[in-house]
Amino acid sequence: MSILINSDTRLIVQGITGRDGSFHAQKMKEYGTNVVGGVSPGKAGQKVGDIPVFNTVKDAVAATKANATIIFVPPKFAADAVYEASEAGVELVITITEGVPTLDMVKLMPYLKKNGTKVIGPNCPGLVTPGEALAGILPGNIFKKGNVGLMSRSGTLTYEMVNQLTTNGLGQSTCVGIGGDPVAGLYYEELLEMFENDPQTDAIVLIGEIGGDAEERAAKYIKEKVTKPVVAFIAGQTAPPGKRMGHAGAIISSGSGTAAEKIKAFEEAGVPVAKKPTEIPVLIKERLGK
Amino acid sequence: MKIHEYQAKQIFADYEIPVSDEILCHSVKDVEKAAEKLGLPVVVKAQVLAGGRGKAGGVKLAKTKEELVNAANQILGMDIKGYTVEKVLTAKAISFTDEFYVGLTIDRNTKSVVFMASSEGGVEIEEVAKDNPDAIHKFVIDAEIGLMPFQARQIAFKLFDDIKLVRQGADLFEKLYRLFIDTDASLAEINPLVITAEGNLMALDGKMNFDDNALFRQPEVLEMREPTEDEKTEIEAKEKGLSFIKLDGNIGCMVNGAGLAMATMDIIKIYGGEPANFLDIGGSSNPQKVIDAMNLLLADKNVKAVMINIFGGITRCDDVAKGIISALEQMDVKIPIVVRLSGTNAAEGLEILKKTNLVTVASMGEAAEKAIEMAGQTV
Repeated sequence: MSILINSDTRLIVQGITGRDGSFHAQKMKEYGTNVVGGVSPGKAGQKVGDIPVFNTVKDAVAATKANATIIFVPPKFAADAVYEASEAGVELVITITEGVPTLDMVKLMPYLKKNGTKVIGPNCPGLVTPGEALAGILPGNIFKKGNVGLMSRSGTLTYEMVNQLTTNGLGQSTCVGIGGDPVAGLYYEELLEMFENDPQTDAIVLIGEIGGDAEERAAKYIKEKVTKPVVAFIAGQTAPPGKRMGHAGAIISSGSGTAAEKIKAFEEAGVPVAKKPTEIPVLIKERLGK
Repeated sequence: MKIHEYQAKQIFADYEIPVSDEILCHSVKDVEKAAEKLGLPVVVKAQVLAGGRGKAGGVKLAKTKEELVNAANQILGMDIKGYTVEKVLTAKAISFTDEFYVGLTIDRNTKSVVFMASSEGGVEIEEVAKDNPDAIHKFVIDAEIGLMPFQARQIAFKLFDDIKLVRQGADLFEKLYRLFIDTDASLAEINPLVITAEGNLMALDGKMNFDDNALFRQPEVLEMREPTEDEKTEIEAKEKGLSFIKLDGNIGCMVNGAGLAMATMDIIKIYGGEPANFLDIGGSSNPQKVIDAMNLLLADKNVKAVMINIFGGITRCDDVAKGIISALEQMDVKIPIVVRLSGTNAAEGLEILKKTNLVTVASMGEAAEKAIEMAGQTV
């Protein structure tokens, strides 16, 4: 078991003929992901590697029974691509695109909710269930199958953490990059619930950063609903207020969204917060009694 | 992106939200002329992109000519949270009976636009939120439908008793919502919204922020941008695909990915050093980016050592190494550089760097320790 994706996932790639889309479509396939098709308007009949290309998501779903899609189209067209996937009945939509206007996402949300579409991102590295499927731009070789679930607002910091886990003998059930934008799809609470219910997951790592109050809400949720051990890390403890740290979501505004507040919330919920990435595997092992 | 009060009020005026008569001024002379035109009393207000202007003494009422000149002299050139006041807004003083707060923003939690309204206007809304959260009414707006007239009235009924004001308010709120959506704003605030002595609503102060991701389709908003010197460097960096923020320390950082870049700053601090910047070179493998990034770091004279922290994913470590080599060839680098490469093609990258005298380490903790140690030895 795992969450969201596994060896049964049938993935299509929207924007498959673009530079990033074609590169990562093949990388994902090499990892072992069941990439069944791609979408690029006007390119139906072509192939990227041996992956067939379709004009529309509807066509792709009809031909391949795809149940997940990954989006690599430019920011201007990203919201349209998510709509298209949702309308075609795709259950899981992973949006890698960085720089999507926030109001585009806001306008999408009610429709996605009505359709029951699960969205990850935008501005995210994707997700991986080690040994089964990788839907994203993450480097596959650092992951190892195991029992630690991981969720993160950041990309490369996720790799850093996963590397710490793997080199210390801790494999992962599923690792999800939820993205760095202020308005995004699946977030901590939904993923915590999935990991809590996933029999393969025995411990959870939550990697947060400054800005917003999602970590505080996650802490509250953990306190009330999560029985599995959770450990956390917060990036941006030294970030100055009012400055956006790369991610649109990572900004301390008027004294709220600080690392100190988030750390306090986690500690009150019984979630230890690592000061350095190297402490994460130590904390996990302590919690698992290893 | 932030804009000044006078710019926000220009947008309000474009949408027929009533604002006071006011003139933008750059000198004491300008202020005198403006006051002549508007008639005393006037309010002289510092125009800087920082909050808390009133508390800092940047907003003054002038009833006489003498008060006017004093106010203008005091405010022009003063420092508010690191910003020098170069212009002021001279506005006709308005007598009013009541002050309110109204604002629109994007709520991450509900993933929607939220309208906030409060009878406690004229003070910072963050203070109200902390001390008396019940005084702020929040209305979640369904983005598919927009702000409906009945919702606008619902909000107005929370603030006003008089049906005439309710209608005026509802109309004004719909306009505020429309301009928020039209301009891809992330914040649109009127504080205070007042009932004038004549019994009408007027926006006495305004604040707007915009979504940087949407600026590509907002040319008129983009034209209002007035970057400071530090921000100019940041914008220039962005055009080269780098995300850069200057800080005050002496360890220059070059990292791929925003989260890892923040964690790098944090770890430098944990080991007792001070980061000189936040710098995310992004996910591409273009060696030119490394050269541009190195130029940015070395332009800061406070930088005594550079720490390069790369975890390769899409970014390939050998490409970064090549970038470092060509940067070193093009530039006369006198300060020590510590490099940590992990992930995609790290071994190849480290092999390339063997030819140089750069210090290579295996983890980010070691990189931070080494960089701090070497910065201490650099004069």
